[in-house]
Amino acid sequence: MSEHVEVTISAGGKREEPGPMRLTLTLAIAGIIAGAALASVYEITRPIIEANNQRALRRAVLTVVPGSEKVQALAYRDGQLVAIERAADTTDPVVYGAFSDSGRFVGYAVDAEGPGFQDTIHLLFGYDPDTRTITGMQVLESRETPGLGDRIYKDPKFVAQFEALAVKPDVVLVKGGAKAGNEVDAITGATISSKAVVNIIKAGNAQWLDRLDTAATLQLLLEEQHTDVTPEADK
Amino acid sequence: MQDMLWIFISAMLINNFVLSYFLGLCPFFGVSNRLSTSLRLGVAVTLVMIVTSICASLLNTFVLPYAPYLQLISFIIVIASTVQFAEMIIKRFSPALFRALGIFLPLITTNCAILGLALFQTNRDYGFLQGLTFAVGAGAGFTLAIVLMASLRQEMRLSNIPSIVQGTAISMILAGLLSLAFMGFAGMFSAL
Amino acid sequence: MADSKSSQQIYDEFVKGVWKENPVFVQVLGMCPMLAVTNTAINALAMGGATLFVLLGSSVLVSLLRRFIPKQVRISTYILIIATFVTIVDFSLNAMAPVIHKELGAFIALIVVNCLILGRQEAFASRQPVHLAAADALGMGGGFTIALFCLGATREVLGFGELFGVPLFGEHFEPWVIMIMPPGGFIMLGLILLLLNWAQQRRGSRAATQAAGEQVSAHDALPIAPAHDSGHIEEVV
Repeated sequence: MSEHVEVTISAGGKREEPGPMRLTLTLAIAGIIAGAALASVYEITRPIIEANNQRALRRAVLTVVPGSEKVQALAYRDGQLVAIERAADTTDPVVYGAFSDSGRFVGYAVDAEGPGFQDTIHLLFGYDPDTRTITGMQVLESRETPGLGDRIYKDPKFVAQFEALAVKPDVVLVKGGAKAGNEVDAITGATISSKAVVNIIKAGNAQWLDRLDTAATLQLLLEEQHTDVTPEADK
Repeated sequence: MQDMLWIFISAMLINNFVLSYFLGLCPFFGVSNRLSTSLRLGVAVTLVMIVTSICASLLNTFVLPYAPYLQLISFIIVIASTVQFAEMIIKRFSPALFRALGIFLPLITTNCAILGLALFQTNRDYGFLQGLTFAVGAGAGFTLAIVLMASLRQEMRLSNIPSIVQGTAISMILAGLLSLAFMGFAGMFSAL
Repeated sequence: MADSKSSQQIYDEFVKGVWKENPVFVQVLGMCPMLAVTNTAINALAMGGATLFVLLGSSVLVSLLRRFIPKQVRISTYILIIATFVTIVDFSLNAMAPVIHKELGAFIALIVVNCLILGRQEAFASRQPVHLAAADALGMGGGFTIALFCLGATREVLGFGELFGVPLFGEHFEPWVIMIMPPGGFIMLGLILLLLNWAQQRRGSRAATQAAGEQVSAHDALPIAPAHDSGHIEEVV
């Protein structure tokens, strides 16, 4: 292969018409080299990138479920929650289980997204099946208006409303101060963004609460599975 | 269904590819001199987007899970072949349109909007139908933006513009005003 | 071998990209990434750096391989080379600076369709020896980064009242939120181009008056240095 290239190089200066063979060969060689370079860079960076993602996810889960120390991804399959290594490995819906240092189950973290004021809002909220309350909310991704809509994650007062929020009856958005346990007070000047957050959480509840409440009996099982996986997740 | 509607409206109006994501600016400023040409270019871009979206869905399902590092290269190859193919078909069936589009047809290959579509679709984990809806919405949004821009520039030719703002400067400011107008669409979905 | 003539040539190629043929302000190339990610100075610098790396890597490689690449498949080969470098940058940035990587998102991958990079391969790197190609890439990449930084810094100062996250003004400053949103990008770039047009026209008319033998007073100096004033450019770089 390389000989062929050599020969044509010496003739390259005279601008001869290279045959289709040489054209294909050049592209093929370029493709193989590029592929090899990419594969090796990928192999080097992959563990770091995955560790970064894992750490970011863990930090988010620990924020929305107070008192938790360890995280386990759980896939919902045939009415059961099954421990899995990574969320990307399955096509089943995934929720995260949060556990204390000693391995005691503390709560779930639910991933949810939906239309915001500008673009899709992607958030994570914690749920405690024992008290039937939402335990925290963190926006992971959004493009809300700076200074107005972005207060859904920058305004500590708004975020704090999700720290002990009853899910029955349904969460509602109100204006001028929340009174009941299931009420969220809208941000002045960012009503639509506030409403979007409440709607996304409501949709997440509709999808997950029944599943999580019935799966609560699986807690013991979860803890056993969890202890097996902990060293990996805790790194 | 709600989901599909959101993807479509968001890609076309609220998060317009050109005016909110700055994708496809080269043809947006380059081909928006005449209304008829810009409309045709919009249609061609939409068609290429649809084919690209289908190919990207297939790649995401069957190839890229095994070799994620080939994502960018495979997307580019798909786009380049699609454009080449579109060029052949248009030349065969509508030589007039082929001449009207001229150099801008091959330039679709390096149009950020097409690659951006494939990348966004992948980043957001869209399935086949969601991806298709996204492509149609984005294409419609691109066409709308470029047609609006062409109409504005046709009007502009009749007006007396100070010499220092002529050319790219005034086009940029016009695009800024259009983008400002499109901001009015924000919130129309979650306000329901 | 590095005689003064060739180092002068390298310097010329470098300065050309940074100033005389600045890819953004003069040639208006590569607008997609430059408007989308220039809402803060740090994002602008990251984007500029990534583009510079891809441009330098591809230019050097294309220049080294220029005799091996047949004319008919050159564009495909260039794109392949560029895409490889972009993917490398994408992965490395994701591993080393995940926060910035998340901010820039898909726009890093979109460097691959930045007309500036392919344009430099076709117009310059494929015809010139490697040291000139590298100088050209550094100049163009540097010019691109500087332009991005100007835009990003202005938008951040006006839109957040901050620079690199450090507040510049007191409590009473009301940020121009529109500047960090999409319309602000278009309008700001439009205004910068307008300023440059104005400067160029002034320079043109001043040259005309000078030719007529009239003295121009010192306080009338232009805000932007003339292209031949290399001392000033060194300061800027």
